[in-house]
Amino acid sequence: MTEKLTIVVHSGDMDKIYSALIIANGALSMGMEASLFFTFWGLQRLQRGGLEKGPLSKMHMLGIGSMIKQRMNKANVSSLERLIHAFKELGGKIIACDMTMEIMGIKKEDLREDLISEYGAVGTYIQEARESTINLFI
Amino acid sequence: MSKIKVDCCGETCPIPLIETRKAIRKASLGDIIEVRGTHQASKKEIAMAVKALGLKLVDVKEEGGEWVITIQK
Repeated sequence: MTEKLTIVVHSGDMDKIYSALIIANGALSMGMEASLFFTFWGLQRLQRGGLEKGPLSKMHMLGIGSMIKQRMNKANVSSLERLIHAFKELGGKIIACDMTMEIMGIKKEDLREDLISEYGAVGTYIQEARESTINLFI
Repeated sequence: MSKIKVDCCGETCPIPLIETRKAIRKASLGDIIEVRGTHQASKKEIAMAVKALGLKLVDVKEEGGEWVITIQK
């Protein structure tokens, strides 16, 4: 059986979405399967036009945030858009949380349906996680 | 058997690893994949991925900060 990585993407912060997508792409690149379960603030990043809109988790009040963004550009860090497309191209699975959609009043047509492999709740996540060797909550 | 070239010069983590994986997926058994890049950490990581995928690391060369990794599927 192929080894698998599952990540609950709970945060919508830009830097945490980067962490999730970089780790997930790394897993696929190293020959694992990977599933991302987008819930709460994470799911908001899957709304149309929302992927790159997340705030930084720290330091954004001191003006350091824009400096970090400048440095990321200078270091030629890939966009989240490129990372999420690479994730899909390498066979990664994206699950959108049904319950979050209900709570936040998000409809399927509000989301990037082209990226979403399936819609599910906690049972779907558990089924993914129980067969995963790496399981993270970001 | 064909040769596939991947140029990742100037790209940073995790792009060289991702582009290598994409090329490996597209390649047929026996094909040679030649990855070129400048990101130092990726040089080591690509070699790790090749081992994890059970493929053959044919060669790793470096000159003036630019490395070339040759892989056989």
